[in-house]
Amino acid sequence: MAEIALKSLAHSYLANPGSPEDYAIREMTHVWQQGGAYALLGPSGCGKSTLLNIISGLLEPSSGEVLFDGQVVNALPPEERNIAQVFQFPVIYDTMTVYDNLAFPLRNVGTPADKVHERVLEVADVLDLTPQLKRKAKNLSADEKQKVSMGRGLVRDDVSAILFDEPLTVIDPQLKWKLRRKLKEIHQRFNITMVYVTHDQLEASTFADKIAVMYEGQVVQFGTPRELFERPAHTFVGYFIGSPGMNLFDVRVRDGEVIADDTVIPVGRGIHDAVARARSNNVRLGIRPEFVEVHGTPVEAGIEAVVEDVQDLGTYSILSLRLGDIALKARIDEDSPVPSKSAYIRFPDEWVGLYVDEFRVEIDHE
Amino acid sequence: MNNKVRNNKAWWLILPMLLLVAFSAIIPLMTVVNYSVQDVFDAQTRYFTGTEWFVQMLNDPTLQSALGRQFAFSLTILAIEVPLGIGIALLMPKKGWQASAILILVTLPLLIPWNVVGSIWQIFTRGDIGLMGWSLRELGYSYNITRSPLDAWITIVIMDVWHWTPLIALLCYSGLRAIPEAYYQAARIDRASRWAIFRYIQLPKLTNVLVIGILLRFMHSFMIYAEPFVLTGGGPGSSTTFLSQALAIMATAQFDVGPSAAFSLIYFLIILLVSWVFYTAIMNMQKDKKDGGA
Amino acid sequence: MNDSTRSATQAVPGQVTVEGQAKPVQATIQSQAKPVIKVAKRPSHTRSRVLMMVYIVFVMLPIYWLLNMSFQTNSEILGELTFWPQDFTLENYANIFSDANWYMGYVNSITYVLMNMLISIMVALPAAYAFSRYQFIGDKHLFFWLLTNLMAPPAVFLLPYFQLYYTVGLFDTHIAVALAHCLFNIPLAVWILEGFMSSVPKEIDETAFIDGYSFPKFFVKIFIPMIRSGIGVTLFFLFMFSWVELLLARTLTSTNAQPIASVMTRTSTASGIDWGTLAAAGVLTILPGIVVVYFVRNHIAKGFALGRT
Repeated sequence: MAEIALKSLAHSYLANPGSPEDYAIREMTHVWQQGGAYALLGPSGCGKSTLLNIISGLLEPSSGEVLFDGQVVNALPPEERNIAQVFQFPVIYDTMTVYDNLAFPLRNVGTPADKVHERVLEVADVLDLTPQLKRKAKNLSADEKQKVSMGRGLVRDDVSAILFDEPLTVIDPQLKWKLRRKLKEIHQRFNITMVYVTHDQLEASTFADKIAVMYEGQVVQFGTPRELFERPAHTFVGYFIGSPGMNLFDVRVRDGEVIADDTVIPVGRGIHDAVARARSNNVRLGIRPEFVEVHGTPVEAGIEAVVEDVQDLGTYSILSLRLGDIALKARIDEDSPVPSKSAYIRFPDEWVGLYVDEFRVEIDHE
Repeated sequence: MNNKVRNNKAWWLILPMLLLVAFSAIIPLMTVVNYSVQDVFDAQTRYFTGTEWFVQMLNDPTLQSALGRQFAFSLTILAIEVPLGIGIALLMPKKGWQASAILILVTLPLLIPWNVVGSIWQIFTRGDIGLMGWSLRELGYSYNITRSPLDAWITIVIMDVWHWTPLIALLCYSGLRAIPEAYYQAARIDRASRWAIFRYIQLPKLTNVLVIGILLRFMHSFMIYAEPFVLTGGGPGSSTTFLSQALAIMATAQFDVGPSAAFSLIYFLIILLVSWVFYTAIMNMQKDKKDGGA
Repeated sequence: MNDSTRSATQAVPGQVTVEGQAKPVQATIQSQAKPVIKVAKRPSHTRSRVLMMVYIVFVMLPIYWLLNMSFQTNSEILGELTFWPQDFTLENYANIFSDANWYMGYVNSITYVLMNMLISIMVALPAAYAFSRYQFIGDKHLFFWLLTNLMAPPAVFLLPYFQLYYTVGLFDTHIAVALAHCLFNIPLAVWILEGFMSSVPKEIDETAFIDGYSFPKFFVKIFIPMIRSGIGVTLFFLFMFSWVELLLARTLTSTNAQPIASVMTRTSTASGIDWGTLAAAGVLTILPGIVVVYFVRNHIAKGFALGRT
């Protein structure tokens, strides 16, 4: 059990990295607390797996440090870090039985046979592998194999953390859900730090208490699923989390008003001042489709928008709106009326985020 | 194997190959069988002898001892070359220019004509002009492959190890390269020792290529001819005379082709028998793999 | 600005270096940081390099000795043992290149090897395809019979071969040797190619036929490029076994198509062995092999397992 801290960590696969683009992991400092269930979420190639391999010791970082409970472990090989890792594709030892597979990590360090037996049975029970224990591992189905891979991580009671590298990629959808539940259960039962890498936001939010969103080699936000949804700290988080993603549009201040493509956006003083203060030409407002207020008739401070398309998704509909040159999405519940030609929309101040150079700027709403 | 389409027209694809191999294999084999059951005096006079030559050959002490030597030799070189080949495959670097360079150097002995291999070792081991022979003598060992059967025997084994270990090594190297990196990573995470990695990850993945390697090595060692012929001439005495050479001596020295034809067939049958065992083993393994995989 | 995100880009100056045998270094970033744990670097890396070098020396030493001798005069060879040529000479090579008997030996060998490679691969490709894709009457028996030819000792066939090729009038021609080597090279090629072809999914064939490819067009345009490295490795093996074989080649030729291997026996004369020329001729037989292995070096690692891993 351990707290895992990354200090000024950076990694590049190149020998002499120059520009920030050369880095798979850009300099970061980050802490995973003991006992937490974390997800590392991001698109392919954002550096998630690299980060995981650095934590487990399979990769040595170009600079910075990895600390387990305050102890620098950079120089420790994976076998001495007491960490378990489950890979994307199941890795099993073909020639061994399921039992021997599960016992392998314990036997490697000379654990007494009765202790091995006890642990293997316990883990097999948790993973529903008991009936398979005597079978040759190579004859298992893909999800059973992946369970064996996980079991090898769980069987060690001394592990500091278990790292999962997109472990459910090869699993059938209906089994995915079961296995994810299983993991959650295991987390509660054993109280082990778990870091789960995935590119699937649903997987991340059902598994993790806190999610770190990675983008271009850096963690752009670290927070609960709710925080990621309500207050994305980076435009990428806004775009990546939620379906559809956050509405984002360029704004500037003209004649004391916030303007987006010639349309006046009625916003509070706080937002206006913050936009006016921003020293950048990359200033955007963001609001989630879920928070856009839609009315069928003109309302006070409402902006008229053209309804281009309505997508009925059962319990809710997605409206595609046009505001001058700006395309917007809004989500309305099934029982609210769906405007047909034009809609009057409002952006509630508390749900509007200001993004300067892609990062969120906190606004004081008085 | 079950997902193949049943289609007898496939014979047309086989036909050209079949005609060529049949020309090179069946006609000569028929000739050998023909000779083996006859006593040929000249083109016109010949008698049917039945199994007489076979019985005579099976009881021939020179051939029996050649056969014994042959088995001893084949087993010896397999016992050395297989572990050594695996070891070298494990040592070979996996990337960079060194990998290419070592690959080429390791492969080299395989591409030298067999009689030249004999010549190389003949030169290398001679007491007067050969580095190895000369060095051993300088060290005080009276090394002489033309006098001491033991020296001759050991030298031929070393030569064969030099010549053929690369085949096993390359097969294994190729097999090792097919193991995904994740297996090694998982093993490190599982704190597996070097030995455990070898035993549970590498060796299981090598079984297929090893069976091929052992089969090829067994076959070729059983046919060995040119190298000992050049190096020792089968001597001293007949201590390094293996089956092929015994057959060649008999065929050229004796007027009669009958006995040597019978001998040829016995020789061939032995190889077939051993190879059949291997073949069945391979087929079973592939079946196993198909049943077990995915 | 949101703290949790910006902290990601804060630089904390760290200067801890960790080396295998360094004394414990105090980590200076954080007050609670404990001493760095020492880890000895695995010694196996150096050891494996040394062992590899030992093996390479074992492989190269006899070849070096041959090379060394090929640059020496016979009097130097037979005199005091020298580790490198004291009296460097190219005379042995000059002997070979100025004598038609000698260099024609190389031409003959290369000729029949190339002929054999061409014939073998041409007939083995369709046959291997048939074995890998279709079930037909007698397929398993046929395959085993093919493999038995791989196992046939050439010594068994010497006399019948001689008679056969003499009868059909092919004795002492390149094609005779090329055909004789087909005995073991075609089965070998079929066997290796079958392995590679079986690892290509059948769906490829089906898709191509649906797309309207005729069989020959599919085979040449789509299938063959897919098993390139398999063909490379097969050609390597074909070259290897045809180039190194001596017994059949010598039996089936006398003067016109005599392989280099049997020309080399000329170095042994009544007045003793011409060691220098023998060594030079030996060195020259190694060169084609180096060329071949250089071309296929990138395929060896993947292809040598013959598609059977």
